[in-house]
Amino acid sequence: MRLTLKIWRQSGPSDKGGAVTYPIEGVSEDMSFLEMLDVLNEGLIAKGEEPVAFDSDCREGICGMCGVMINGEAHGPERTTTCQLHMRSFRDGDEIVIEPWRADAFPVIKDLCVDRGSFDRIIQAGGYISANTGSAPDAHATPVPKSQADRAFMAAECIGCGACVAACPNASGMLFMGAKITHLGEFPQGQPERDARVLSMTAQHDEEGFGGCTNLGECSRACPKGIPLNVISQMNSDLLRAQRHQA
Amino acid sequence: MTAPLIEGLYREGDPIADTAAPAGPIAEKWTKHQFDNNLVNPANRRKLDVIIVGTGLAGASAGATLGEAGYNVKSFCYQDSPRRAHSIAAQGGINAAKNYKGDGDSIYRLFYDTVKGGDYRSRETNVYRLAEVSADIIDQCVAQGVPFAREYGGLLDNRSFGGVQVSRTFYARGQTGQQLLIGAYQALERQIAAGTVKMYARHEMLELIVVDGKARGIIARDMVTGEIETHLADAVVLASGGYGNVYYLSTNAMGCNVTANWRAHRKGAYFANPCYTQIHPTCIPVAGDHQSKLTLMSESLRNDGRIWVPKRREDCDKDPREIPEEDRDYYLERIYPAFGNLVPRDIASRQAKNMCDEGRGVGPKVGDFRRGVYLDFKEAIGRLGEDAVRAKYGNLFDMYKQITGEDPYQVPMRIYPAVHYTMGGLWVDYDLQSNVPGLFVTGEANFSDHGANRLGASALMQGLADGYFVLPNTIRNYLANGPFEKVDLTHPAVVEAQDSVEGRIQELLGINGERSVDSFHKELGNIMWEYCGMERTEEGLRKAIDLIRSLREEFWRNVRVLGSADTLNQSLEKAGRVADFLELGELMCIDALHRRESCGGHFRAESQTEDGEALRHDDEFAYVGAWGWGGDDGSPILHKEDLQYEFIELKQRSYK
Amino acid sequence: MATSTISAGKRPRTRSILLKTVMAVTGLIFVGFILAHMYGNLMIFAGEDSFNEYAHHLREFGTPMLPESGFLWIMRITLLVSVVLHAASAFILWGRAGKARSVRYIQRRGEWATFVKRSMRWGGVALLVFVVFHLLHFTTHTINIGGTHDTPAGRLVASFGVWWAVLIYLFAVACLGMHLLHGIWSAGMTLGLNTSLDMAERLRLVSILVTVVVVVGFALPPVAIFLGLIP
Repeated sequence: MRLTLKIWRQSGPSDKGGAVTYPIEGVSEDMSFLEMLDVLNEGLIAKGEEPVAFDSDCREGICGMCGVMINGEAHGPERTTTCQLHMRSFRDGDEIVIEPWRADAFPVIKDLCVDRGSFDRIIQAGGYISANTGSAPDAHATPVPKSQADRAFMAAECIGCGACVAACPNASGMLFMGAKITHLGEFPQGQPERDARVLSMTAQHDEEGFGGCTNLGECSRACPKGIPLNVISQMNSDLLRAQRHQA
Repeated sequence: MTAPLIEGLYREGDPIADTAAPAGPIAEKWTKHQFDNNLVNPANRRKLDVIIVGTGLAGASAGATLGEAGYNVKSFCYQDSPRRAHSIAAQGGINAAKNYKGDGDSIYRLFYDTVKGGDYRSRETNVYRLAEVSADIIDQCVAQGVPFAREYGGLLDNRSFGGVQVSRTFYARGQTGQQLLIGAYQALERQIAAGTVKMYARHEMLELIVVDGKARGIIARDMVTGEIETHLADAVVLASGGYGNVYYLSTNAMGCNVTANWRAHRKGAYFANPCYTQIHPTCIPVAGDHQSKLTLMSESLRNDGRIWVPKRREDCDKDPREIPEEDRDYYLERIYPAFGNLVPRDIASRQAKNMCDEGRGVGPKVGDFRRGVYLDFKEAIGRLGEDAVRAKYGNLFDMYKQITGEDPYQVPMRIYPAVHYTMGGLWVDYDLQSNVPGLFVTGEANFSDHGANRLGASALMQGLADGYFVLPNTIRNYLANGPFEKVDLTHPAVVEAQDSVEGRIQELLGINGERSVDSFHKELGNIMWEYCGMERTEEGLRKAIDLIRSLREEFWRNVRVLGSADTLNQSLEKAGRVADFLELGELMCIDALHRRESCGGHFRAESQTEDGEALRHDDEFAYVGAWGWGGDDGSPILHKEDLQYEFIELKQRSYK
Repeated sequence: MATSTISAGKRPRTRSILLKTVMAVTGLIFVGFILAHMYGNLMIFAGEDSFNEYAHHLREFGTPMLPESGFLWIMRITLLVSVVLHAASAFILWGRAGKARSVRYIQRRGEWATFVKRSMRWGGVALLVFVVFHLLHFTTHTINIGGTHDTPAGRLVASFGVWWAVLIYLFAVACLGMHLLHGIWSAGMTLGLNTSLDMAERLRLVSILVTVVVVVGFALPPVAIFLGLIP
């Protein structure tokens, strides 16, 4: 395949950046999208140009490190992570626009790499159950109904890649946050801190500069793990409940 | 060093022993040891600094636990967030001797299975303790909200895994590693919020600081600004994972590397059993030269799939559906009629390699070689129906289709073995302390619990056992002697470490040769896979050592690293890692060469039974091979730790 | 020992979810009002007298417990407060969303979501303008279309004999429909009603149903009058 890549290049956080066009040849449809970028980079190195910086680690769709906007879609045209997207999803002669996630809460570090530390800080605000090591009762002390355990698992599948924020017209992080609140809120262990968790995490979310949710559902459509929109509603409900309890 | 050079490659140093484990019955050792170990007054803990490198299961759990205890922890990871560590990719499950199924499991049985599975090359005391704390891990994880699979009654579900006869594996669909890691990550983030842990993401450890013989800190590079930072502490914990990426293609993440371990090794820490690597038989094969990593698929596929290659080489590029039954060679069923397609990992892997070496591999040619065998579900679909197969393996089939573009319901899958775990690592004693005082090593980074072969669902167990329960109870014995004398930033050892890191970076940037870092890495990977992979021979290993030496020489002469040191520079990061892999690769080959026996993941062609099984030589090799750094121009120094089997009798494995 | 637990809500900024909740509650108040309003409008089909009766009854509603027009004023104040809160929250959130992505994408997919987002925001502004116009027209009689009339029904019939007035009202109804289609769903989401995939379906259905009823209900009178179907 022969393709034209239009890639966002930005040398550092303070650089203005801009799109640069690179023709690329000899792309095989068995390549993953990131392997195609590897090939581009090998070519750039050979020419003495600095390679395009992009994040990736596990390359099997679970670590959440990779993720770029491909032709205006987070992780590209298929519902998967960028590393699992393969070139057979494109056609010979295509032009592909590749951009970093855009959100002020995810500042660009270089080229296609962004800083998603804001997600970590949302978790720090309360995305956990306080259980010191060694203090746990026997694992069978509290049975959990299977339906609840399954819903918790569904929400816990989030890989923290940030596609939801990238796809959201408001750059909101609600799907990410709602998934964590739903996951922990489904468990008996998560109840003692349930109110405090939602109050603290939602405050941190706004503090980080994410936009609000307008319930459009773009996040869920872009989510490589298919986290449903109802986790956001669950979070809203938890927040209202917490406010009532507080009042 | 005056000891004579053996085989022109290495010298033998003094034997070593684990002096930390207490005497007494094995079931009482850990309890006794925890009592014997000194405590640190809570008020003193905040004056004690601990550096932890790596945030996988072993690192994140240790960071969280030490933070909860009140120590001052600094945690480092090269990824953008601690949640990305490669523990996240583990699929199958985590073992624990809970005996919730009432099927006769016990601590002793888990201990026994692990030692046997490790082909009798692990230390009994450590393995027993691992089995002992395994049950606590499940309790801890459930308390944190890890969504393990449950039965309709609301209790935890278990499955049997990796050929053991009891159901002791806890799991969260095919994402157990992810769920456990997120649990540990959340506990770590909680401590970051509490101020006990300071997180340094996108930081890479490039040197260990050793002052007066003790590990006292690290030099790390801020991968965003390029700044070289000195971090001092009272103790350093390496939880930086395994070194499977020395093969370039493996199931490890792209960034997994040996640098933290290797830098510590060069500063005096022994590297134990580097040649023990585990190769997993059911991975998606290499599709072309562009391939950057390999993806593992659960071994459970072998329960219903039949493995075959064409009988004739000419058939290899045919559509498999057009090859009639009589022209197919179901080689595992032919060679191992009793176990068939369910032979252990190492045998399945080795036979696949043999078939491809004979020229009967299938799939696209990579170079001029086909690396792949068929895993065919046609018979299973005929027997069970497509829906039943979909219910059992649907997610794996989807993953296969996503990557290869082929529909495994229609066309047989192609599989090939891939490196996915390294049992070797830095040598540690019962306290998980290396021979450098103050340097502790946990998880896959150490060598301790799996001997020559790791059982399925045991890696997650070890990582969390080390981090949550073992290290926090052993490091306190060391820290009780602290806080240690304050180290000044102008101390010669600190300055030396800093200068060497900066010098190395400048050297890499200054070579400006012709070849990219990746091209060296790929070539090293090919050498390692060819000669130090599934089957090793004396001749091949010697050849590999020569090839690696000349490749290393070329690397330092001809690598091209563009860009500068003061921004994000992924080529520079990779260059440093590959430089260390080039040194490790040679040591792995030397270790493999010196161990003239086959055991677990180490198969020497010269040492096999008539049936082609691994043949151990317990009289000569029942020891841990712990290698000391011999200097850039010197030769590695072998220290043997004899393995004493007090409780378990040594036996030869058999699968006939 | 560092055994921290979560400390809740320490930051002053009003959470966007709470602003959304204000929008949801005030929005639902409007939905209730609109349904009642629509019902009233449809009175025109029962004849001019019925319509005038209804308009007059609005002023009498609640008397003698309430003074003359008391109920109307309670309604007016509630609606005014609602519209102010609704719009103010919307503008704050709009501003935050803008700040949340100050560098735009070169290329963007998800046209439908973008369209809905814009129709909510600009459509909302259009509705606001329309409400002012509507009040000047039928409440204060500042604007006269089709001549002056003494009865509400008379004004109605005269106004919708004018083609451009019909167009303005139909455009407003279209904006309202778009606003309700997403707004009702969104209010349900915000108030925490979407707790499962089934509930999501029901919520969608309700928002579609209410929208269809409102659009048809509001479009009928002007169209019918314009076509001369009302005597």
